[in-house]
Amino acid sequence: MALKGKDILSLREMSAEDMETILSTARSLKEILSRPIKKVPTLRGKVVCTLFYEASTRTRTSFELAAKYMSADTVSIAPSGSSVQKGETLADTARNLEVMGVDVVIMRHSVSGSCHFLAKVLDCPVVNAGDGMHEHPTQGLLDIFTILEYKSKIRGLKVAILGDVFHSRVARSNIWGLTKMGAEVAVAGPSTLLPPSIENLGVKAFNRVEDAIEGADVVYSLRLQLERQTKSLFPSKREYHDMFGLTKRRLALAKEDALIMHPGPMNRGVEISTDVADSPRSVILDQVTSGVAVRMAILYLILGGRE
Amino acid sequence: MHVSTVEKAEIMDQDQIRRALIRIAHEIVERNKGLEDVVLVGVQRRGVPMARRLAKYLAEIEGREVPVGELDITLYRDDLTLKADQPIVGRTHIPFDVAGKKVVLVDDVLYTGRTVRAALDALIDLGRPQNIQVVVMIDRGHRELPIRADYVGKNVPTSSKEVIHVKLTEVDGVDQVVIAEYE
Amino acid sequence: MSGDLFIRNGRVIDPLSGRDEIAGVLVRDGKIAAVGCGIDGGAAPVIDATGKVVMPGLIDLHVHLREPGFEEKEDIESGTAAAAMGGFTAVACMPNTEPPVDNDAMVTSLLKRAREVGRVRVYPIGAVTKRRAGKELAEMGEMKAAGAVAFSDDGSPVATSEVLRCALEYLKSFGATLIDHPEELSLSEGGQINRGLVSTIAGFRGIPAEAETIAVFRDIAIARLTRGRLHLTHLSTKESLDLVRQAKSLGLEITCDVTPHHLTLTEDAVLETAYDTNTKVNPPLRSKADVEALKNALADGTVDAIATDHAPHHVDDKWVEFDYAENGISGLETSVSLILDKLVRPGVISYLRMAELMSLNPAKILGVEGGTLRERAPADITIIDPDFEHSVNPRQFLSKGKNTPFEGWRLTGAAWATIVGGEVRMKDRKLTS
Repeated sequence: MALKGKDILSLREMSAEDMETILSTARSLKEILSRPIKKVPTLRGKVVCTLFYEASTRTRTSFELAAKYMSADTVSIAPSGSSVQKGETLADTARNLEVMGVDVVIMRHSVSGSCHFLAKVLDCPVVNAGDGMHEHPTQGLLDIFTILEYKSKIRGLKVAILGDVFHSRVARSNIWGLTKMGAEVAVAGPSTLLPPSIENLGVKAFNRVEDAIEGADVVYSLRLQLERQTKSLFPSKREYHDMFGLTKRRLALAKEDALIMHPGPMNRGVEISTDVADSPRSVILDQVTSGVAVRMAILYLILGGRE
Repeated sequence: MHVSTVEKAEIMDQDQIRRALIRIAHEIVERNKGLEDVVLVGVQRRGVPMARRLAKYLAEIEGREVPVGELDITLYRDDLTLKADQPIVGRTHIPFDVAGKKVVLVDDVLYTGRTVRAALDALIDLGRPQNIQVVVMIDRGHRELPIRADYVGKNVPTSSKEVIHVKLTEVDGVDQVVIAEYE
Repeated sequence: MSGDLFIRNGRVIDPLSGRDEIAGVLVRDGKIAAVGCGIDGGAAPVIDATGKVVMPGLIDLHVHLREPGFEEKEDIESGTAAAAMGGFTAVACMPNTEPPVDNDAMVTSLLKRAREVGRVRVYPIGAVTKRRAGKELAEMGEMKAAGAVAFSDDGSPVATSEVLRCALEYLKSFGATLIDHPEELSLSEGGQINRGLVSTIAGFRGIPAEAETIAVFRDIAIARLTRGRLHLTHLSTKESLDLVRQAKSLGLEITCDVTPHHLTLTEDAVLETAYDTNTKVNPPLRSKADVEALKNALADGTVDAIATDHAPHHVDDKWVEFDYAENGISGLETSVSLILDKLVRPGVISYLRMAELMSLNPAKILGVEGGTLRERAPADITIIDPDFEHSVNPRQFLSKGKNTPFEGWRLTGAAWATIVGGEVRMKDRKLTS
C-alpha cells in the first residue's frame, strides 16, 4: 500500500500490486454510492483540483463526484477559457494552484507526457485523466474493475479491443493493465489505425475485427477519434462501420456471455451499432459507476495526509 | 502494518468466551424487553463474527432471527492523517434500514473509544436509529472520549505498553483472549 | 597574447600527415613554425602538454548562434565562448536567424560582430534561397565574396528538387558546398519522436526513418545530375548512410556529418527520462540499430565529419509540454567529451580519425584553412585532457542554452586548451580574456 502521495500517471508504470490495492479498495467504496447519504468524511478538508485542458463532462464529473462523496472540496479549471489564452504556461498555472492549497491535481491534456511533466513541476500528487494518445490509467482501472464484477478474474480472459488503437490512450492503458493481470488481448482495426510495433506490447494484432472477436470474453469498442485525426486515415464513417463496426452479426462470433464495453461517448452507428450498445450484455453504464468508485479509491489512497 | 508484540498471559479461554457471549445475549434480551426492532452491527473486523455468534445465541434464547450487518469504520477514523499508509478499507454491508431500530454495535475491544465514535458517525449517516447500544468482549480502560459500553464480556485493566488480542476461530483459528506487550 | 607558443611533450595528432607521437609544437606569429622532437622553444611561452593530446583546432561545421533575432537563446559572444570551452577553434553558423543571412550585408555585419566579441573563428553559412523560403536563389556569389563559406537553408530542407538542382549547379561557379538538412516534410509533419515501438508506448505520432532517407535519396540523385558539391548534415538512420556509402562508391562528391547525440542516445531516452524535452531534436533520436550503423559508418569512412548542430534554446522554449517544446540540443560543451568517452576510449575510432572527423574534413568541406599542424598552417590548436573525469552540469555551460539530455552523465576526457591563431582562448577549463 505505498500509494500515499504518489502520482497516478500510467498503468505501464503501475505494479500489479498497486492495481490490486486500488481495485479492492474500490470494491469496498462502491457501496457508498447506494447509500441515502452519499458521503463519508474521510477526505474532509482536502482540496481536489481538476485541470482539464481538453473538454470532458463525463470524466471530470466522475472525479468531482468521487471527491465530493469523500467530503473533499473540489475546484475545476478549464484553461481553454481563461489564462491559457493570455499565454500562461502549464507550469505557472499549476504552481499557482498548488500555492493556493490544492492537494492533488487531476489533469487532462492533449499532449502526451504532459502529466509526467506536471509531476516534475508540482510537489503534490498528479493524477492523469488522459494525456494525448498516451494513457488514461483510471479508465483502464475502471474497465478492469467492471470486468471483474462479471467475470471474477482477469487471468486467461480473451479481450478484444477494436477500433482506433493508434490515437487511443484508453486502448494503451487497457493493454498494459490487462496484460499485467494475465489476460489475452487482441487488437483489431484498419492498418492506418494500428500503431507501429503494437504486438511488442504483448497483444495480437489483426486488420479484421472478426479475427479478434472470435471467442472473446470481452469485446471493447473504441471511440473513433475524429477530433484527434489530422489526416484522412479511412475514407468515411459509413465504410468504417461496414468494415470494422461492432454489429450484432460480428458480436455473434464472441462467447455467448461476452461483455460489451465502450469508454464513451459513443458514436452510435459508427464504431458500435445501437442494438449492440443497448443489448443486455452491454456493461457500458456499469463502467461509469465503476469509474466513480475507482476514482474514490484512488483519491483515498493517495491523499491520506502529509508526511 | 504490524508492531511486534510478545504474548504474556491468557485472559479468557474458549469456554469463558462462550459463556460471556451467552450472558451478553441474555442481557440484550432483558434490557430491550425482547428483540423487537433489535439489529446487530458488527464492527470490522472481529466484531462481525462476534455479532453473528450473538445472533445465533439470541435465536436460541428467543426463537427470533436478528439481522446482522457489517460495518467498516476506516473512512470515519480521526487518525488517518497520522498514518504512514492508508489502511485497507473493508466491507460495509448493512442489508436493512437502521432508521428507528435499536442498533446493537458489536466490537472486540473498547479502549480509547475512538472506534466506537467513528462507528456512531457511520451509523448515523446511514439513517436515524432509535438508539445505539454497544457490546464489547473486553473493556481495557484508558478512554479518551466520553464513550461507554452497555455490555462487557470482561473488564481488564491495562497499561498503554500492553495490547489485548481477541482471537476468534472465524478469523484466527482459535478462541482466546490474550494480553501482550509491545517489544 | 603575442602569437608565439611552445607546446611541449604532448601527443601530437595530425590527420593530414598521419602523425601520432609525442612531440613539440612551436608557434610563431600565429602560425605553426615547427612540429617534432627536440625543438628549441626559445623565449616563447610554454604550455606543458604532458599527458595531453594535441590536435589541429576542432571545427564545428553546424552551429546555431541565434544572432541576430534570437539573442535570448544565444548570441555570438556566448556561443563562441561555449565553443572555446568545448575545444573548438572555429564554428560555421547557420543562417536561420531573424533576419536570415541571405545577403552580403548580413554576412558582413555578422563577421564584424564576430571580430568584436567572438572568442573563436566564425564562418557564416549563407542561405540558399531568399529568406530561406525555398523559391528564389539568394545572392550566393555576393555572400561568398563577403565571406560566407557554404550555403544552406538549414532549419529546413531545400524546398524543392528544382531549387536544389539550380542551387547546386549555380554553386559550381564558386566552388562552394551546399549543406542540406534532409527531411521529407510531409512524412515528418506532426511527428514528435522517431516512429516505432517507443512512439507507440509514449503515445506520439512518429517521424519515420523514411522522412530522412527519401530526402537523402533525392539529394544524392540531384547531386549526381549536377555533379555539384553536396554535404548532408545530421544524418541519423542506417538507410541514409547506406545511400551515402553507395553514392561515394560511384565517385560522387557527397559528404555527410553526424551529431554526437545521434551517436550516443536512442529513442529510449524519451521514456527513460519521462518525456524530458531535452531529448526532443530534429532529426529525432533513433533506434539502437541506427546508432550502431552510425558508429560503423564513422569507422568505415562513410561519415566525413562530426558536427554538433548546436541548437541552444531558452528554458521557456523547453520547460513546456512535449509537443510545444522546440527541437534542439545545446551541444558545443559536451561534444568533445562524448566523442572521447563513447568512441575513442572504447576504440571505435582513433585520435587520428577523431581529428579527421572534427578538424580536417570540416575544413575541406567548408573550404577554409585548418585541419592540420603542418608548417605555415594557422596555429589553431585544440589540446585535450583524455583523463579528465567530470559530470555534465548545464548550469555551468557558457552557452545560454542549457538544454542538454546529458545532464549528470559522468564522462572521462575533455578539451583542455583552445588556441586560435596562436592565441590561447581557453586553458585549463577557463576562458582567457
